[in-house]
Amino acid sequence: MNLKGKKVTLHDNTLRDGMHPKRHQITLDQMLAVARGLDEAGMPLIEVTHGDGLGGASVNYGFPLHSDEEYLSAVIPAMKKTKVSALLLPGIGTVDHLRMAHELGVHTIRVATHCTEADVSEQHIGLARKLDMDTVGFLMMAHMIEPDALVAQARLMEGYGANCVYVTDSAGYMLPDDVTARVTAVRQALKPETEIGFHGHHNMAMGVANSLAAIEAGASRIDGSTNGLGAGAGNTPLEVFVAVANRMGIETGVDLYRIMDVAEDIVLPMMEHMVRIDRDALTLGYAGVYSSFLLFAKRAGAKYGLPARDILVELGRRGMVGGQEDMIEDTAITMARESSPARTLTQAKA
Amino acid sequence: MRKIKCALIGPGNIGTDLLYKLKRSTVLDPVWMVGIDPASEGLERARNMGLKTTSDGVDGLLPNVQADGIQIAFDATSAYVHAENSRRLNALGVMMIDLTPAAIGPYCVPPVNLREHVGKREMNVNMVTCGGQATIPMVAAVSRVQPVSYGEIVATVSSRSVGPGTRKNIDEFTRTTAGAIERVGGAARGKAIIVINPAEPPLIMRDTIHCITESAPRAAEIEQSVRDMIGQVQAYVPGYRLVNGPVIDMDTHRVSIFMEVAGLGDYLPRYAGNLDIMTAAAARTAEMFAQEILNGSLTLEPVPA
Repeated sequence: MNLKGKKVTLHDNTLRDGMHPKRHQITLDQMLAVARGLDEAGMPLIEVTHGDGLGGASVNYGFPLHSDEEYLSAVIPAMKKTKVSALLLPGIGTVDHLRMAHELGVHTIRVATHCTEADVSEQHIGLARKLDMDTVGFLMMAHMIEPDALVAQARLMEGYGANCVYVTDSAGYMLPDDVTARVTAVRQALKPETEIGFHGHHNMAMGVANSLAAIEAGASRIDGSTNGLGAGAGNTPLEVFVAVANRMGIETGVDLYRIMDVAEDIVLPMMEHMVRIDRDALTLGYAGVYSSFLLFAKRAGAKYGLPARDILVELGRRGMVGGQEDMIEDTAITMARESSPARTLTQAKA
Repeated sequence: MRKIKCALIGPGNIGTDLLYKLKRSTVLDPVWMVGIDPASEGLERARNMGLKTTSDGVDGLLPNVQADGIQIAFDATSAYVHAENSRRLNALGVMMIDLTPAAIGPYCVPPVNLREHVGKREMNVNMVTCGGQATIPMVAAVSRVQPVSYGEIVATVSSRSVGPGTRKNIDEFTRTTAGAIERVGGAARGKAIIVINPAEPPLIMRDTIHCITESAPRAAEIEQSVRDMIGQVQAYVPGYRLVNGPVIDMDTHRVSIFMEVAGLGDYLPRYAGNLDIMTAAAARTAEMFAQEILNGSLTLEPVPA
């Protein structure tokens, strides 16, 4: 693979996707330390919000330690060069959140929908475009549909005003060929000036390899997080990606040793548990399940006496999409009831 | 027996499903279906069911209101045109049941607050949203036992049951529903989330209701109250079903209720319980007002424009 001389914009998600393994409890000091470290390292763009985007504070997804406003107000003024992005999932956040983010100086808004439902993003992408923000459409769980179907959804987002559209592997399910097929199709279909991005999860250890496949197929924005702090087994670890990029001659503008130090000295000590490919995270990737379901399934498993892996497989079988965290406890209760000895006894009698 | 004559505005999925329900009513008589597209399938279907139709919008209906004795109109168009439709029909003394998220009139969730609307001479009532109809009875079931400081609902609907109007303005759903969780459900603070799921075969509407009670949840009373309320909703939506819960967490004061809403399958498929509960609630609301008109306790009068 020859990617020498390719210029790629890295987008660090540690302070957004990394909110999932931190149960949205990152402190303002931790946020500032990570953000300043990445600013020093030359990271062009970092995302800061609740893990489920603006307005994600809820029983369903978890209440954060601080509001989106508090996090953004702390980080944005502290940045010398790095720009800040915010995620927004229509159905959870609204244009009111978008306006708030814009007023606080957010540079990039990423409007995320399930890969088949891009038409719920018109309102939000339209407003972000009108506000002259860097406007990104983010097609989640992109492994669930074929490339041509994904193209139709990407075109909708471009039509609403997105200047960049992401192929998002929310489940960490894709293998490099899956990425190549989707990014190639979307790249060919959209206007040349529209950028293509790729967001990976490391559940099958494919984060770096998939990102390279995406670049080869025409992606120019690559997501990841430092020390891989993200949902599931985490995102593409960006310090690793930068090292690979350096060896291959891909230009990221990020200082390798500095981002290594942020990963080791700042992010690692923040971790409450090792974000790694344990059997449950691997199951996410293997069965194609939304990565932020991981800790919810572990908790529901502990509460109702079931293996988290079984719950995750069942959620995948039922075609659950991002945002359906409520269905994890529901599914666990149903599974526990159906597998209980009392029930088995009754059935045996009948 | 005399019936109250009605007009339906909007011959789409909602309007057509509502028409099936009104056809069965003992107190309502659907007479007009109003659309804007002469080639609309919905208008043709209504004609075949014996209704008068116009494709000239409300303009086409207004000259016939008096002659045909229309007293109640249902608006199943969009929030953008509802206010004007309502103003013009109210001016002729026609009461408006609003199925759009415009919400210019007071919210109505039948088992919770339909009775409160009696005798208030309201000329416009709003049916909130599908998610609101499916969840607010449960918020109210908890808040009538003890104060709820926070109510949150997650409505998951099949992709096939979400029309272009909702998709274009999904924020209307979250805002309107959140407002009604507070004003009708009785939670001090409300939040609404909607998730659209494209699975095939389509999933039946699911609704999760999370309440945080101010003091420790009184489990037995909440369970009884939830059971009673489910029975009241089932009177007009038989497919309203408790799947799991109430899950009660004493540490966090969380009460979670997991519902499923299957529709009657009148015009829309059974999985579209979200649309069925809207049309069923609208029909039930109109029937209550119709009974008031019929027994002489309510006289509709023109509202000066």
